[in-house]
Amino acid sequence: MAKILPLSEAIAEFVRDGDTIALEGFTHLIPYAAGHEIIRQKRRNLTLVRMTPDVLYDQMIGAGCAIKLKFSWGGNPGVGSLHRLRDAVEKGWPQPLAIEEHEHAGMAVAYAAGASHLPFGILRGYAGTDLTPHTTVQFIDCPFTGEKLAAVQAIRPNVTVIHAQKADRKGNVLLWGIVGAQKEAVMAADRAIVTVEEIVDKLDAPPNAVILPTWILSAVAEVKHGAFPSYTHGYYPRNNAFYKQWDVISKDRDTFLAWIDKHIMNTKDFAEFRRSVGVA
Amino acid sequence: MTIAAARMVKNGTALFVGIGLPSAAANLARLTHAPDTILIYESGTIGTKPNVLPLSIGDGELAETSDTVVGIVEIFNYWLMGGKIGLGFLGAAQIDKFANINSTVIGPYGKPKVRLPGAGGAPAIAASCGEVLVTLRHSTKAFVEKLDFRTSGGHMEGGDSREKMRFPGKGPVAVITDLGVLTPDPITKELLLTSVHPGVTVEQVVAATGWPLKVASEVKTTPLPTAAELQVLRDLNERTAKAHGGQA
Repeated sequence: MAKILPLSEAIAEFVRDGDTIALEGFTHLIPYAAGHEIIRQKRRNLTLVRMTPDVLYDQMIGAGCAIKLKFSWGGNPGVGSLHRLRDAVEKGWPQPLAIEEHEHAGMAVAYAAGASHLPFGILRGYAGTDLTPHTTVQFIDCPFTGEKLAAVQAIRPNVTVIHAQKADRKGNVLLWGIVGAQKEAVMAADRAIVTVEEIVDKLDAPPNAVILPTWILSAVAEVKHGAFPSYTHGYYPRNNAFYKQWDVISKDRDTFLAWIDKHIMNTKDFAEFRRSVGVA
Repeated sequence: MTIAAARMVKNGTALFVGIGLPSAAANLARLTHAPDTILIYESGTIGTKPNVLPLSIGDGELAETSDTVVGIVEIFNYWLMGGKIGLGFLGAAQIDKFANINSTVIGPYGKPKVRLPGAGGAPAIAASCGEVLVTLRHSTKAFVEKLDFRTSGGHMEGGDSREKMRFPGKGPVAVITDLGVLTPDPITKELLLTSVHPGVTVEQVVAATGWPLKVASEVKTTPLPTAAELQVLRDLNERTAKAHGGQA
């Protein structure tokens, strides 16, 4: 059974220094509030996993939380580069960051393998690309046909964190819209934290809606607008202006540090953060 | 360029779309001659009919206007690599003479001059779709003798080298640029200049290509955009600018 906790307590209890952690989300439902709380609580030496690291991982990397990143597409969607990620990889600031670079299809089967408790996922992929030396991929022969296939090591995070629309009071979670690899990432992890827009008496979900039952989750925390500046389908749109501003904030180390200090380290929670950046 | 690319889309095709130029061209095709085109974005949105062009691959607009939304594992495993998609539409930062593409890094991997977002779904799209279109702007920086990084396989080293890889799809069938259209030679698979856009000379295209570009014996001129095509594209761009600019 998931514990219903304030976000700060959920992070304190379930995210540890040195963890391999996936904060998943594919443009939609990116768990910003949880990521900020990890920065605020100064978690260190994390291995970050995500198919599409964007501004949130840029913030966590620049704030010194991470030593490694495993990903398949890294950028500020529709805007450009992630400056903090680049600075860490190319200049080792604020500390060196190892990267393991994949293609989406490979990360997808690796999550599915993790959720299935298998050692690796297989696909027809990576062949003909220069990615192989930068990943953990090996090529194997199909035992039935002899075809050469790529084997990608399963992703088994210590902890996965996602954001969703709602949970009931027992901690059963409902999400919909673009759901990415969240279900697989949760089911592949030892521990899972879900932030939700609201906790309600009844979910009233149709069968086949993406429900993560409370008994596979560690904690559920209610955080309104917890995916800002990403979006929550049915609740609020993506704040594209923030993604554009991030390009300016993150370009320069000092501007970035001042921003983190003012808006994350010196705010007590996500509601106060949102007030501090003028959106609440 | 967007119009020339859009014209390559046959009505009724299931089309896997990359963000940026491919997305603009695919939507233009859907709004003009190919209304039954099924647009699929790697965020899992199938049969989407966005009213404005998405800023990112997972915009809410794509989910709201889709026939269905599936998870990432399903879209890649069952739909894309499962061989359900007829056409893939990719952009690129660099391309070589066999239409292999780079969307990872300009310069050395460890010390990049420009670090691009990376592979995303591109390698699987390039390998698995029935056919592939590539669209990018023409310059000697983009059309290079040797890629800085091969992100997605086109026709590999030419000839039958792609066939030997046993990729499910046929690979790139056309490269559409702001100057013209290149298509692979049926035997050598090397890109040939087969069409120039109105007002563009063959010499201009050759000069903008970083390898000695082969030219087809008969080079066509791309038909001028029609008033209707231009109007639909302008309206689409206007709606898009308004939607993304207006969101605080």
